[in-house]
Amino acid sequence: MRPFRSTMTRRPALLAASFVLLAATATRAQAPAATRPAPLTVPFAQFTLANGLHVILHEDHTVPLVSVNVWYHVGSAREKPGRTGFAHLFEHLMFEGSGHVKEGAFDTLLETAGGTNNGSTQTDRTNYYIDVPSNALELALFLESDRMGYLLDAMSPERVNGQRDVVKNERRQSYENAPYGMAQIEIDKMLYPEGHPYRWPTIGYMEDLTAASYQDVVEFFKRYYQPSNATLVVAGDIEPAGARRLVEKWFADVKPGTEPVTPITYPRPVLTGVQRKSIQDRVQLPRLYLSWLTPAFFTPGDAELDVVSQVLAGGKNSRLYKRLVYDLRIAQDVSAFQASSALGSQFEIVVTARPPEAGTATQALVDRIRGIVDEEIARLQTTAPAAHEFERAINQIEASFYNRMERVGGFGGKGDQLNSYYFSTGNPDYFNEDLSRYRALGASDVQAAAASWLPLNRRVELVVEPQK
Amino acid sequence: MGSRGSMRARVTVTLIAVLAVLGGLAAQQAPDRSAPPPIGPVPAVKVPTVVKRQLSNGLPVWIVEMHKVPVASVTLAIKAGASADPGGRFGLARLTADMLDEGAGTRGALEIADAVEYLGASLSTSGSFDETSVDLHVPVARLDDALAMMSDVALRPTFPDKELQRVREELLTSLVQVQDDPEALVQFAFPRLVYGPSHRYGTLTIGTAAALKGVTAAELRQFHARNYVPASSVLIVTGDVSPDALLPRLEAAFGKWSGAAPPSAAPSAARQLTARQIFVVDKPGAAQSQIAIGWVGVPRSTPDYFALRVLNTVLGGAFTSRLNQNLREEHQYSYGARSSFDMRAGAGPFAATAGVQTDKTAESLTEFFKELQNIRTPIPTAELEKATNYLALQLPRAFETTDSVAASLEQMFVYDLPENYFSTYTDRVKAVTAADVQRAAERYIQPDKFAIVVVGDRKQIEPGIAALKLGPIRVVTIDEVMK
Repeated sequence: MRPFRSTMTRRPALLAASFVLLAATATRAQAPAATRPAPLTVPFAQFTLANGLHVILHEDHTVPLVSVNVWYHVGSAREKPGRTGFAHLFEHLMFEGSGHVKEGAFDTLLETAGGTNNGSTQTDRTNYYIDVPSNALELALFLESDRMGYLLDAMSPERVNGQRDVVKNERRQSYENAPYGMAQIEIDKMLYPEGHPYRWPTIGYMEDLTAASYQDVVEFFKRYYQPSNATLVVAGDIEPAGARRLVEKWFADVKPGTEPVTPITYPRPVLTGVQRKSIQDRVQLPRLYLSWLTPAFFTPGDAELDVVSQVLAGGKNSRLYKRLVYDLRIAQDVSAFQASSALGSQFEIVVTARPPEAGTATQALVDRIRGIVDEEIARLQTTAPAAHEFERAINQIEASFYNRMERVGGFGGKGDQLNSYYFSTGNPDYFNEDLSRYRALGASDVQAAAASWLPLNRRVELVVEPQK
Repeated sequence: MGSRGSMRARVTVTLIAVLAVLGGLAAQQAPDRSAPPPIGPVPAVKVPTVVKRQLSNGLPVWIVEMHKVPVASVTLAIKAGASADPGGRFGLARLTADMLDEGAGTRGALEIADAVEYLGASLSTSGSFDETSVDLHVPVARLDDALAMMSDVALRPTFPDKELQRVREELLTSLVQVQDDPEALVQFAFPRLVYGPSHRYGTLTIGTAAALKGVTAAELRQFHARNYVPASSVLIVTGDVSPDALLPRLEAAFGKWSGAAPPSAAPSAARQLTARQIFVVDKPGAAQSQIAIGWVGVPRSTPDYFALRVLNTVLGGAFTSRLNQNLREEHQYSYGARSSFDMRAGAGPFAATAGVQTDKTAESLTEFFKELQNIRTPIPTAELEKATNYLALQLPRAFETTDSVAASLEQMFVYDLPENYFSTYTDRVKAVTAADVQRAAERYIQPDKFAIVVVGDRKQIEPGIAALKLGPIRVVTIDEVMK
């Protein structure tokens, strides 16, 4: 799956049990050109309960596990001024117990049944999964439905306080104490105008986390956590008729909302020139970030920019990697990505410089790197990639689709993807259509997208400099 | 009587259900939420069937057919990892592995990358202290072409000088970057302070800057020739393949490879810690302190393996584990706390770890030690059951994807696990008793001998740590834990 804008998860990624750092080399590419395999499809059944909850079922009996995956169509973009970070703080509270589930019981019951769970928050949505052995499906549905229906029965100011402090530590760990951790927060502030829903960070500002109240939780839940603003996927080792009965049994009593959630809209912001900023961090290597506002997910230009990112920074032969890292050896790493979202996307190029040679100022090195990046963007804007180069990029993207077909549960598993496609396109099984977007492209489309969407004179530039 | 009664009850329930569905009532009746619904019998787990064959050069081939997705995963695992690094050359194994795809057969680095990417394949190398592996993941329609690339990379690397300079610079630069990241730095500092600079486990697989600077292409060639041999390797294939059709293709790619096994490279026994000591690595301005507490743990071959897995699950191996509940949920000092026994051919480290807010560093240490003491006393039945279920019932996850099955088989090979390892896994986990856990805890969790490593803002945290009187404090430099 493509990277999205900042994602916050409830729990940190497990440190490798092996306590080993800097393990494998970067995973590379994927997919064949000449042989076009059969269309991708993830068969599903769907129905909607009277309370508005949309349900999607998918069978896969590879292993006796079931994934219960819920998307609430609300994220940090819905936050009020002075309450940034609230959608994510709320996500944390969803694990702390509900009307019929005591504090701590959510995790204890699931672990005793051999289950795992997690949640994550982005600008546009919040998702949750519970993965269990298939005999514990009903337990998962009980827990998931209880927090959808009865979260507030167990809420208290003390619970809000508890998770507030956990989230503050998440912010310290993942942003303040992490090298370059504050860069994306600065970039978003430059890309989006005051009031734009993507301007503030999903993790939130510290003072807003302090301000979040119990009353905010009540209002947010009633407004955005109603069943008609959510979708439920049950995927894996299920028998669809039985799974449907259990879903109806546990979710039918969840009360509908009182007021429908209207779609969020915002006038499309436009960058009118180059905005530059430098910040200092406790790092030894300077890093350059270039960022543009680009088309929203699944709109024209979105797929093209994924291919642009491959051509620029996917693999050793990609244009920026080859020049900056391989040939000139003045950069440690380079990445490029189209981070796609509902209200618009952003395209980003990130280059970490090598330690400057003695006598070279940081600024001179960064300027040199920026100059080379610009040369390569300009070259792509004027000449379409060669056939082989273009096909290589498409093959990589195509193979990534097949690799997404194996796992059912967790973030990015088939259950999560069905919810994701339903959210962005209305069709859970949009796999083949999505892939077709890329197969339909020609090399000149890539050139055109680079020319339209990556103007050198309208963008945001951030440099993170070593603290003096 | 009893059985008749229960049968009648079941019929009644079914009838009600049928009536409810017919009447459209099911959707309106609130379910009984007074207690969690009962859980049915645990589904049977099908352990993948491994077809075991051999190529003409003796290389074992393990194949698992998985036909859901038209992809294949191929792993060549070699029992030679960082533990085979000679003294003064820590990092040689890792650098050798990193260099495999920088020139192989008749192709250069860029040509290899281009060919692999054009196939839609991914080809990478990875390594631990005990093994190195070359891993291919590819759409099955392109498996033949990709196998040829893979065998070039694994068997015929050329180690060009020019690429060695570049890759070396990348590794040296990443060692510089580690110093900026407290979370990464503690992972270097902890093993160094537990094992010291001369034991191989005192340095991560990447090695030291000094050693990397000295490595020559000739040394890489020598390391490769000596250690990358069929006699210490296995070829694992999972995915949309059939063994009979696959075997001749594997023979063509790997059948002519030769070489005798070098002597085993298990590291010497590590000296165990005998007294508690605190080490502080100063990171002025750090918003959090990164803490690691522990000592020399156990080898993978320990007879206490299952007891220790259960122990660790209770202590710091799951979300509801004691350390995470205490430091995150109860006190909110941290985003997460955990522990692990890193089991290798030799005794790897045991560590309990967390990042905690700077102004709660001393308080966090107190809570760590409370839990490390408590785990030595008998654990309640419900907690034991939760931990054993959690471990045992997650087994199917290992069998879901081509990559996860390959990784599971790799572990069997590297650590010589018995054929019935997975089929008996659940029973062996469930057989662990509270007494087993306590015995293991008394032996392997001895908090008064542990090393405490804290990477954080010394000025802010040292007075509080000193006041705890946990042991002598030594301030160590970044240079000292990385050189």
